[in-house]
Amino acid sequence: MERVLFYIVALIIIVFAIKAVTSRKMLRAVVYLLFVLTGIAGIYFMVDYTFMAAVQLAVYAGGVIVLIIFSVLLVHHIELRLEVSKFSQRMMAGVVSLLGLGVTLYAIYTYDFVTSSAQGPIEVSEIGRGMLSFEEGGFILPFEVISVLLVAVMIGAIVIAKGKSLEQ
Amino acid sequence: MIEGISIYEILTLTSIVFFIGIYGFLTRKNLITMLLSVELILNASAVNFVVINTYLFPENLQGVYFSVFMVAIAAAETALAVAIIINLYKLIASVEVKDTETMKY
Repeated sequence: MERVLFYIVALIIIVFAIKAVTSRKMLRAVVYLLFVLTGIAGIYFMVDYTFMAAVQLAVYAGGVIVLIIFSVLLVHHIELRLEVSKFSQRMMAGVVSLLGLGVTLYAIYTYDFVTSSAQGPIEVSEIGRGMLSFEEGGFILPFEVISVLLVAVMIGAIVIAKGKSLEQ
Repeated sequence: MIEGISIYEILTLTSIVFFIGIYGFLTRKNLITMLLSVELILNASAVNFVVINTYLFPENLQGVYFSVFMVAIAAAETALAVAIIINLYKLIASVEVKDTETMKY
């Protein structure tokens, strides 16, 4: 059952990822990306990591996509079709991506992963304790650095977006 | 851990999504659609962190923490990129890469 579900989700992710990078309508590309992100949230649900799935849905599907849609509406004429790059350029990009994919898959399938036995779902309380722990293996320092980074980004985004126009 | 699915299949899926993102980044000519490709790349690698953690080292949680940090950094990056794109549109009324010359200085 879970096997079939995984293959369906994987198919959705791959098809919509390809549509998202090849679609010539910008708003549609963003909506295709929304499907990809929701599919990845499904993968998180399947590996029993429900906290990350909720974060994925809230931050990406709820926040990032809305932000990108707003910026598309602000800077782009909806009926305009995106210009595509030259055929040779697309071929080059395709060959480079396929080569990279081949090398990666070769490396993955020739390496012998030793998988551990099954374990319970990842508890949110455990994640929280680990994030705030300052003992060995604790993640309090990166946690605090991230909070400073978010404040800096908030201020920076406001300052940059206010900007000055060229005439001033 | 997904019942009946080995780590190889999930890593294959994330590699495919990663390289679709690379393809999009190389072929797109618009700043916003390039940003979309970067989101694909970041998401594929975040899934890799979680999957390798849960399949190979279920007693540790390091991959889990790093995936949370990645989401935070990706959200921050998107917010800044959108701010820069909107500012650029105010300056030169275009978000095409070929028109983006004022950013060079």
